[in-house]
Amino acid sequence: MADRKKLILDPVLENNPVILQTLGICSALAVTSSLEVSLIMCLALTSVTAFSSLFISLIRHHIPSSIRIIIQMVIIASLVIVVDQVLKAFAPDISKTLSVFVGLIITNCIVMGRAEAYAMANPPLPSFLDGIGNGLGYSAILIGVAVIRELFGAGKLMGIEILPTVNNGGWYVPNGLLLLPPSAFFIIGAFIWILRSWKSGQREKVENEILPVQVSEHA
Amino acid sequence: MAEERSIFSNDHPFKIVFMAVALCLVGSVLVSAAAIGLRPQQAANARISKQTNILQVAGLYEDRASVGSLFEERIEPRIVDLRTGEFSDDVDPATYDEVAATRDPEMSDALSKDQDLAQIRRKAHYATVYLVKGDGGYETVIIPVHGYGLWSTLYGFVALKPDGNEIIGLQFYQHAETPGLGGEVDNPTWRAQWKGKKLYDGDDLKIMVVKSGASGDYEIDGLAGATLTSRGVDNLVRYWAGADGFGPFLKNLGQELAENG
Repeated sequence: MADRKKLILDPVLENNPVILQTLGICSALAVTSSLEVSLIMCLALTSVTAFSSLFISLIRHHIPSSIRIIIQMVIIASLVIVVDQVLKAFAPDISKTLSVFVGLIITNCIVMGRAEAYAMANPPLPSFLDGIGNGLGYSAILIGVAVIRELFGAGKLMGIEILPTVNNGGWYVPNGLLLLPPSAFFIIGAFIWILRSWKSGQREKVENEILPVQVSEHA
Repeated sequence: MAEERSIFSNDHPFKIVFMAVALCLVGSVLVSAAAIGLRPQQAANARISKQTNILQVAGLYEDRASVGSLFEERIEPRIVDLRTGEFSDDVDPATYDEVAATRDPEMSDALSKDQDLAQIRRKAHYATVYLVKGDGGYETVIIPVHGYGLWSTLYGFVALKPDGNEIIGLQFYQHAETPGLGGEVDNPTWRAQWKGKKLYDGDDLKIMVVKSGASGDYEIDGLAGATLTSRGVDNLVRYWAGADGFGPFLKNLGQELAENG
């Protein structure tokens, strides 16, 4: 039981796919300007990661190693298309905002990474939980970034006004930069900084020390 | 001493081919089941979305719940024969599918290179326009437009006053231009520029998307960082307002509305 809990919770703080492994950054930049869209994206990615890990783990003893990446891709791609179709049917507006980024879950390194690193070598249930855990780890970052960006960039959360903006007769001057993709870089960077200062074990080891430039003086 | 490989071992060619084929079959069944099973829902969404766009471009949109009834009440779809520029009853606006007609040689013409400003290759004989009914007759005429931008064909509507000249609004409902650059064709601030501009000066088609510094009744500022999309929008508006598009229809719109409206 403790193991299962660890499978789900570990990737959120201890081994976060976005922060520690720096995976899935592309969509984290693109879809986090509003919280609602981010939540749907998190749901989509978590379900794809969980189910692709489950299916890959189920047939892992029968996957020939020479075509294993292709097999993983076929499973992931099929699931992503299904998710995309479901979104188009039940959340057409959000599906429009997410546009290509749902399709790009196929190339999201978190999904492939978990399939290759975990699901290929572990039984179905732990693989499924591992998928959920990593999806949640990704979600935690996305939601954090989205809350900051939407709240301070537009004064809203989930489209509901929290900080009344100047344009609507309030007092808050929204920070437009936060609605642009680069701001997500700063915020994710700050998250990495904070988490690594708090859990110093996550710091990368210095491999090449940069030496100070030595200026030799000639008389 | 070559080790005898069982046909069931994972690296036997048979197993590799079998796994590949089996997985493709399962994957394609799953994907097609999802696509077919969800199609009615998606078609309903597409219809609502189209009606929403028509109401929005006419400035009538209220909220999602009222789209169906408002559309029913205020909007009258009519078929225009683009060859003559007159209203036509040859096809039923409720069932006419312009996209399908464009592919059908019986229902459409190929465009020559110098005609094909909007890069749409073929032109259907009929198009659906939407008339907005008000208390004192028709208030707005909405014409569908489409044309190629940078990556994709943009589909949209232009709403015009019944004089067939002054623009009320322009809106695209489907495109795949770069988000943040060409995708800014959806930006309300940019779209607001079109309101009050005019297509024609007398008989001359003068509407134009310029790079910057738009002035007068006929110029629109292009989108920064999206030269090709802006050019595409320019081309498609000019094409559909021109002689091969709705030009003839818009010229005698007043008369048409009086006679057949």
